[in-house]
Amino acid sequence: MLLIPCPHCGPRNQEEFAYERTLDSVVRLDDAPDAAVTALYTRANLRGTDHEIWSHLCGQWLRLTRDRMSHAISAVEPL
Amino acid sequence: MGAGRYSALSLLRGAITGHRHWGRAWRAAEPGGPYDVIVIGGGGHGLATAYYLAKEHGVRRVAVVEKGYIGGGNTGRNTTIVRSNYRQPQLQRLLDYSLKLWHGLSDDLNYNVMFSPRGALFLGHSDADMVKLAERGDALIAMGIDAELMDRDAVARLVPLLDMGRDARWPIEGGLIQRRGGTARHDAVAWGFARAADSLGVDIIENCEVTGFLRDGGRVTGVRTTRGDIAAGRTAICVAGNSGHVAGLAGIKLPIESHTLQAWVTEPVKPMIDTVVMSQTLHCYFSQSDKGGMVGGGDPDFFPSYAQRGAPMRLEDSIAQSIALAPALSRLRMVRSWAGVTDMSFDGSPIIGEMPLDGLYINGGWCYGGFKATPGSGRLYAHLLATGESHPIAAPFDLARFAQGRTIDETGSGPMPQSR
Repeated sequence: MLLIPCPHCGPRNQEEFAYERTLDSVVRLDDAPDAAVTALYTRANLRGTDHEIWSHLCGQWLRLTRDRMSHAISAVEPL
Repeated sequence: MGAGRYSALSLLRGAITGHRHWGRAWRAAEPGGPYDVIVIGGGGHGLATAYYLAKEHGVRRVAVVEKGYIGGGNTGRNTTIVRSNYRQPQLQRLLDYSLKLWHGLSDDLNYNVMFSPRGALFLGHSDADMVKLAERGDALIAMGIDAELMDRDAVARLVPLLDMGRDARWPIEGGLIQRRGGTARHDAVAWGFARAADSLGVDIIENCEVTGFLRDGGRVTGVRTTRGDIAAGRTAICVAGNSGHVAGLAGIKLPIESHTLQAWVTEPVKPMIDTVVMSQTLHCYFSQSDKGGMVGGGDPDFFPSYAQRGAPMRLEDSIAQSIALAPALSRLRMVRSWAGVTDMSFDGSPIIGEMPLDGLYINGGWCYGGFKATPGSGRLYAHLLATGESHPIAAPFDLARFAQGRTIDETGSGPMPQSR
């Protein structure tokens, strides 16, 4: 289980959080169709560290830098 | 080759000679080549692909490279359920093609995969569930696939283990059963395909991890591995949870994200249930193995991970649901739980087709439902690799469908793997 340090609430159980998507897969309103399809439908899916967007029950969006093999969280920042 | 063809006679011969004649089931092949086809990934799907390439298409120079050992990945980590009662017609065709192969697989491979068509039962917990199940059943029957709607009493008679009380946590109103579905011994599926492929000359190279691709201009001409370079005419990715990683070695991003799925097994007990019970409303499923252990599972962990271990909260969900449905399970000790890395695709359906690089192919994105497809997936992938053309059943599952808006979204939940 992950213990995620919410920048607003402090360390909380993983159950209070929800994974959304990786930081590089946000679809922007002014994206060209190709870029939108890439952002929406593809992932680097790294076997290593990636930047992810999570939400917390407190209503805030967070940016997690997380290793997908060890599950170690190296940074949590407000988004 | 070892004990040759397995038969009652070879078993009898072994009984007399102290069972000392059993040899290796497949050779420990060294990297050779060049090969016509190299399959990356020695799971059930990869081994089945190699087997059908050799058997159906006469492609004899085939290698399977596996980073670990045969049976160490998802083929040995699933809950062994086999069924074809999907809702989308493309998936119905694909999975029923596979289910038909399951019914003759032990004879075909000369290896007992212990396929047991004991029936796969979906439970309904409300009137709305029953309407949905009836609608699914009609769609299956229209496609020529067996489905039988069961009322409350029929479910109670079939599975006396279930809590049929009106005050149950999740009351049971009925169900939909596919009697041709069931379970198989998952390790035996890997071993059986490995042995059968090996006997047709396929090189199965274990402990050989792919670290990159050999390139000639825009064309892929083989793989770099921890045991040296291996050249091949066609290179076939078939690595389940590692699809994203291996495609990344070729610089390609896939519509796949890797998530963890857990399973559990209890101590072995005498037969207490002879059907596979599933609830898609809750999302738990359980059955009893031939050894007697109750095997079950539930939802994936809902966040990306390549670690083959899961979070206790999801394990607790599936166990709590299973115990609520079958209270007797609470008296059993759980002996093990484990996790596999599933390749969650962005419409919940698999991808079988060409990659954007010449000579490179992909079979992946099976999400948490790949085991049931093992023989069909292998045979359809072999067809693509041997002929260069997708089989009509596999054609809708090409990689280009995402960009072209042809997704096959069984749950209608869009490109969000954590929402399935």
